[in-house]
Amino acid sequence: MLTRFCSKWSCLLPERIRTALDSDFMWRLSRSPVAIVSFVVFALLVLSAVFAPWIAPFNPYDPASLDLMNGFTPPATANDFTGQRFLLGSDDQGRDVLSTILYGMRISLFVGFSAVLFAMVLGISLGLIAGYLGGWVDTVIMRIADVQLTFPSILVAMLIFGIAKGVMPAEYRDQMAIWVLIISIGLSDWVQFARVVRGATLVEKGREYVMAAQLIGQPTPIIMWRHILPNVLSPVLVIATISLALAIIAEATLSFLGVGAPPTQPSLGTLIRIGQSFMFSGEWWILLFPACTLLALAFSVNLLGDWLRDTLNPKLR
Amino acid sequence: MALLDIENLTVKFPTRTGVFVAVDQANLSIEPGQIHGLVGESGAGKSTIGAAIMGLLEKPGYISGGTISLKGKSISGLDKASLQALRGKQISMIFQDPLTSLNPLLTVGDQLVETIQAHLDLTSGQAQQRAIEYLELVRIPEPEVRIDQFPHQFSGGMRQRIVIALALCSEPDVIIADEPTTALDVSIQAQILSLIKELARDKQVGVILITHDMGVIADTTDVVSVMYQGKVVETGTTAQVLGEPNHAYTQSLISAVPRPDEKMHRFPLVSYGGRSHEFNIESLATSWKKVDIDPEKPLFEVSNLTKRFLKKSALLPSKQTFSTAVDGVSFNIQQGEVFGIVGESGSGKSTLARMIAGLYPTDGGHIVFDGQDITNAKDLSDYRRQIQMIFQDPYSSLNPRMRIDAIIGEPAKHHKLLSGKALQHRVDELLEQVGLSAAAGKKYPHEFSGGQRQRISIARALATQPRFLICDEPTSALDVSIQAQILNILKDLQEHLNLTMLFISHDLPVIRQMCDRVGVMQNGIMVEQRETEALFTNPQRAYTQELLSFMPTLRGIKSA
Repeated sequence: MLTRFCSKWSCLLPERIRTALDSDFMWRLSRSPVAIVSFVVFALLVLSAVFAPWIAPFNPYDPASLDLMNGFTPPATANDFTGQRFLLGSDDQGRDVLSTILYGMRISLFVGFSAVLFAMVLGISLGLIAGYLGGWVDTVIMRIADVQLTFPSILVAMLIFGIAKGVMPAEYRDQMAIWVLIISIGLSDWVQFARVVRGATLVEKGREYVMAAQLIGQPTPIIMWRHILPNVLSPVLVIATISLALAIIAEATLSFLGVGAPPTQPSLGTLIRIGQSFMFSGEWWILLFPACTLLALAFSVNLLGDWLRDTLNPKLR
Repeated sequence: MALLDIENLTVKFPTRTGVFVAVDQANLSIEPGQIHGLVGESGAGKSTIGAAIMGLLEKPGYISGGTISLKGKSISGLDKASLQALRGKQISMIFQDPLTSLNPLLTVGDQLVETIQAHLDLTSGQAQQRAIEYLELVRIPEPEVRIDQFPHQFSGGMRQRIVIALALCSEPDVIIADEPTTALDVSIQAQILSLIKELARDKQVGVILITHDMGVIADTTDVVSVMYQGKVVETGTTAQVLGEPNHAYTQSLISAVPRPDEKMHRFPLVSYGGRSHEFNIESLATSWKKVDIDPEKPLFEVSNLTKRFLKKSALLPSKQTFSTAVDGVSFNIQQGEVFGIVGESGSGKSTLARMIAGLYPTDGGHIVFDGQDITNAKDLSDYRRQIQMIFQDPYSSLNPRMRIDAIIGEPAKHHKLLSGKALQHRVDELLEQVGLSAAAGKKYPHEFSGGQRQRISIARALATQPRFLICDEPTSALDVSIQAQILNILKDLQEHLNLTMLFISHDLPVIRQMCDRVGVMQNGIMVEQRETEALFTNPQRAYTQELLSFMPTLRGIKSA
């Protein structure tokens, strides 16, 4: 028999949360130090990005707080002219590097999450349709996926980004840049989701519970949505996590190349691009701290993804 | 001194919720030339004993006590390297599935030669010669030619014989055969078992035969040990254990075995370990909808039904090739009758069931239900409301992400027969009628055992009060005692509700217990169709006679 773990505080929680906390999943998490550390790092980064307006010492978007005299202040030392101190130093325009990182992370994470969500919805739908319907529908969808896979995804994203920029009127370009970024990264990333979901769907559709649903004459969309979809989602979770790291890096790369987030809404990639021009003139902190943040973000997400893959699907190891 | 001695073997699996004792102080001893049967239901620990002997326990399992000794030398404490030397050379194993235990990329000869050279000091020419001898020994025709073929060029039965040759070629002292015939058809099962029997005697090899099948035990083994929840509850000669079982569990197990030689009204359920479950047929019968129909007219008329599957697709229709899975099958089913279809794998019986269930389109012939032709009809909803199906694998027939009440309620809800409170009430009622509590509705399928799941599956099938039930191998994935319970339930349904059934099985004794009339299928063709008793006592066709001759005789099993 299962002996339910129930400490004093957990008994006060609602039933659903308590069973979630008591699940095997949480138990395995509690036994993996790597997963815990990466989870904590990731959670801290996400929380500090979400609460940036409240915790950042300065608002880098507020022109009133900018003072060019504060430019190039090294970390944790007083500025020669104004005596202002910045924990991680300031950039060429006198903006606090810590604050720009916190605000930049907001953009990076927002783009990353949204792009993965977009890729996930697209990939899951197409994979489900291809796997369940089979035949020529399957052939067409999967050939498109194969063709797309022959291009590096960053190239696909740049291509989509370039086309969108050319098509859109100039006055909207900066405003829409973030959304174009999301769509271009998302479009370059749906194939993995489609492939995995199609594979899982092929397995699930041969199962007898699907036959039981067909037997009573349930329409195909209902069978796909209610019966197959919930059963193909666990590999998707793994891919989504790893894709998140890839999407954050893709966004940084695009922004670094100058085709991503506009300078008015700098993401981590934009900050790195700005910072690298000061690298050799001695102002190392402008580059180093955003780069470290990106590293910590991508690394923690990747480790979490690896752990999830091992936990949810031991056979993939 | 016995060849293999197992004393007080205990195997533990530490898990999150405590230590699971998979094998509890088991004692076994195997003599040369003897076949020692290890029988028990799933989870009894029989395969774990096999794995412990081979040193192949899956982590985190470990041997926590007792000794295993081969020819008087303890092998349970050996390190990895010495165990590996022992494995294959002195002890080898035959696995359940011949499809996965041979390497598909190497020829049969390569695999044999590799094994022979790993264990015996022979040149490749000598090893090749020996490989041919072993193929001959397991009766592969033309071994000189076939040694250079790949596993996929052999049939399932031949592949299992090659696996046996592989197990034998290093001249081991002990062979562990873990369900060696479970994945095979009866005719091949008979060949494989007689081969194992003969080789054990000729080569003086000790064989541990792990199986859940009492028929295999009765026909093959010399000594049998019965396992229940990790413990060996009874050991003795096969005749003694099957004929005069001492332990209550053995008695309950034997009473649940379907008898091939007589039809019983119900299986006597000897309950053991508090596993008897009630099925409340009376309460179900009172609320059952009665349909007035002419009892003389057949409910189901199937004529000339044909199904072809595309074997090779091509753009030009003339270039396409088809395989015919069901070829011109005709039969009738009377109201309230159980019609059985029996056949080996690949005979087309499941395809036939799926066409009748409206899951596959037909390529010819007609299906007439209650006077209406439903062959490839546009709107099947009226027909679908009146039929239901019970599937083979209770682990795959329930959606793992749906709650039990949603699963059972789904057909009734879909056909708009019930909704809201009335639906919930029906679901609760059905759960109680199949021997589960209404509280079970709030749980998910993984919280139930195989037998309980099959009850849930039956509850789902009964929710729409169907007139016709298709049972596709409903018990072949279940343990015998559970099978007996489920078959009793189906018999109750037929008798009290006058439910008409199509019952598909490869298991002749089960067919004999369940069906009024039987059709025998071979390669898509129905070769014989008769009353059950007449078919079993006086089969007309050669194929039927052959099938019946392969049926385990259950010699010496105590009659209930």
